[in-house]
Amino acid sequence: MLSFVAQRVVKGVVVLLAIVVLNFFLIRLAPGDPAVVMAGEAGASDQVFVQQLREKFGLDKPVPEQLFIYVKGIATLDLGFSFRQQAPVAKLIAERLPATLLLTLTAFAISLVLGIAFGTFAARFAGTFLDTGITIFALIFYAMPIFWVALMGILLFSVTVDWLPSFGYETVGANLTGFAHVVDVAKHLIMPAMTLGLFFMATYTRMTRASMLEVKRLDFVKTARAKGLSDAVIQRRHVLRNALLPVVTLAGVHAGTLIGGAVITETVFAWPGIGRLMYDALLQRDYNLLLGVFVTCSVMVLIFNLITDLVYRLVDPRIEFAA
Amino acid sequence: MSKRVLLGLLLACGLSASALAQEPKTGGVINAVIQPEPPGLMLAMIQNGPTQMVSGNIFEGLLRYSPKLEPLPELAESWTVSEDAKTYTFKLRKGVTWHDGKPFTAADVLFSMEMLKQTHARARTNLAQVDKIEAPDDYTVVFTLKQPFGPFLGIFEVGSMPIVPKHLYEGTDWKTNPYNNAPVGTGPFMFKEWQKGSFIRLVKNPNYYEKGKPYIDEIYWQIIPDAAARSVAYETGKVDVLPGGSVENFDVPRLSKLKDTCVTGAGWEFFSPLAWLWLNNRQGPLADKRVRQAIMYAVDRDFAKDVIWNGLGKVATGPSSSAIKYYTDDVKKYPYDPAKAKALLKEAGYKGEKIRLLPLAYGETWQRWGEAVKQNLTDVGMNIETISTDVAGGNQKIGDWDYDIAFTYLYQYGDPALGVGRNYISSNIAKGQVFNNVEGYSNPEIDKLFADGAIATPDSKRKEIYDKAQKILVEDVPVAWMLELQFPTIMRCKVKNLITTGIGVNDGFKDAWLDK
Repeated sequence: MLSFVAQRVVKGVVVLLAIVVLNFFLIRLAPGDPAVVMAGEAGASDQVFVQQLREKFGLDKPVPEQLFIYVKGIATLDLGFSFRQQAPVAKLIAERLPATLLLTLTAFAISLVLGIAFGTFAARFAGTFLDTGITIFALIFYAMPIFWVALMGILLFSVTVDWLPSFGYETVGANLTGFAHVVDVAKHLIMPAMTLGLFFMATYTRMTRASMLEVKRLDFVKTARAKGLSDAVIQRRHVLRNALLPVVTLAGVHAGTLIGGAVITETVFAWPGIGRLMYDALLQRDYNLLLGVFVTCSVMVLIFNLITDLVYRLVDPRIEFAA
Repeated sequence: MSKRVLLGLLLACGLSASALAQEPKTGGVINAVIQPEPPGLMLAMIQNGPTQMVSGNIFEGLLRYSPKLEPLPELAESWTVSEDAKTYTFKLRKGVTWHDGKPFTAADVLFSMEMLKQTHARARTNLAQVDKIEAPDDYTVVFTLKQPFGPFLGIFEVGSMPIVPKHLYEGTDWKTNPYNNAPVGTGPFMFKEWQKGSFIRLVKNPNYYEKGKPYIDEIYWQIIPDAAARSVAYETGKVDVLPGGSVENFDVPRLSKLKDTCVTGAGWEFFSPLAWLWLNNRQGPLADKRVRQAIMYAVDRDFAKDVIWNGLGKVATGPSSSAIKYYTDDVKKYPYDPAKAKALLKEAGYKGEKIRLLPLAYGETWQRWGEAVKQNLTDVGMNIETISTDVAGGNQKIGDWDYDIAFTYLYQYGDPALGVGRNYISSNIAKGQVFNNVEGYSNPEIDKLFADGAIATPDSKRKEIYDKAQKILVEDVPVAWMLELQFPTIMRCKVKNLITTGIGVNDGFKDAWLDK
């Protein structure tokens, strides 16, 4: 298993390098010059000023040289400097990482637990009202755009009944500490985490249900039943476990994209995470920051892919690690 | 040398007289929205709108400006101008300290000017008129100009000319100086905390030189990126102040009707944002003056004002906003007249060539305006294709002259020499840059008028020159002027004296107090 992990890490580094180079060029293909954006914001744009900014950004150097400088930096874990935000990129990302992880991991847990539970119920009671109800519920959340669900949530829970705060990570100016602070953050977390979680939940519900119905028809389930095992044991140990493989695959893919995938949720709820940092960096053509976020996301995808492979083995012992 | 003394102090007293009608109360916290999140707070190095809105509380300029744009004292307590209008002597306020306790002196002003020349594009352009700056003593600064420059007293507001602490910046690498992230100024509020993506917290400067001020204990600038969520934050009482432009315009009437809500359009006199359509004068049908005039007649600007901007603002009559100096409305008029537009297009021989229209990617209001203008132009027979981009992509296209019609709005900074001429003089035609003369209009007479206007004395002479320039421009229609924009500030009525100068919310909350 160790050699498997080692091999995957080496492959991961190669993939990462390819991602960096590709993104480096892709970003520069987008029209819009960061120096002009900044000059525009300054309400002035004389030639000297724009040229000064280009020099500051290092944009006056030839593109291959810019790439070399950037890759060299990454090799020493230096993600560069954001001139727009006047701070090292790594620091900017690190500041936002905890909020993003809190939101996305909570949403991920909600979606996975609820999705698998609902999917299992739906499969168990396939064709009944319960199944139809769950399927419709899941479809509704899958079909509705996240920003719409978010705004409706705000309208209902913040404006109409005033149970939950509409924006932010904590109550600004309350200066709470200890348990009170935890409760405060949790209150702020509920709506964004549910909004994001319910969307993904729908996918897991549908997938678990379909996968379980498929597995249920297989011979080994009949055998188990013939052996006289109880229905609950068959569902849990034989059907669900075998049905989970595609769900794990999907969850692995989702988990990797969680870091950057919450742009809309973070924007509507003013959640101070990386998704928004990335969005702002994109609009401002803050190349270094944008690349830094991409690199971070890529690393997360690679890590979660590795974890997925390891979880496969736990779910299905027949899968071997091919070194 | 006889001196003309401007009694700024008297003006300041007049200003606070209205405040005294009700005795200000001390204490309390103001929660305001800041949109978008500023990239940094070091005003001398970053000059975008949100940076000034927050940092205008931390830093100060030598002067402020009344709603009528008369200079008021800030770090300079008085000033004199020599008879030849080339020497400006500022007497600085004594007893002012930086937030770290060090005294503020003329050396800080001299250092700031040197720094701004390198980091602040607008300041550099303005300071290009200056031959030398000297400090005969710790509390006197003398600017000697190369030639008289009419708007010189109008360039010292905090956003245009912030004064920075020499002792913290001299000899350091400015761009990585740690004080960029924890700025130290002389202003009424001190930087305390910035939770990126959440809020910026400023606290009262207990040693502020104006006794009793500021009245407010703390300001929280809340960062809420979604426009609808900003409206909700106000509705649910989480924020007290929505500075101009922080909610979509179509939400303004609804929010204005909320209980205990006050709305004001004041505080934009210095900036005077004017919206227009860039018209690419170089190529295609728009090279013909008659087509450009047709556009002026074809666009229903009253509709834009009444429906898209909810009745806020004013229909523009020409290149100058009515709030700035030397404005005249004695120019050719362009009422909404589709028939006349059609006739002019026919006369110009327009045959339905495709014309690309770039709306401004500043949110829903601007998008709607883009659609309305497209409709107006299509109605008179123009073949309009809308090109959608984000702000950076749009700027690139405009800077590269790769457009036919494009929306914009720009500040005018109180004087035609500062904020109007730049868009029409031919020396400002330079590819790759936005916000100068990107329409490519070139008229030697206009060049000369703006060059003369900046240095002419006395005022009556300047007025004569700018009257003429406005007449010529309005006849030529190098760009199609739309509206003098008004960005209303929405706030709880308990917030008093929030806006006391022509710079408005961007000038800091030093006069503001809470009636509770």
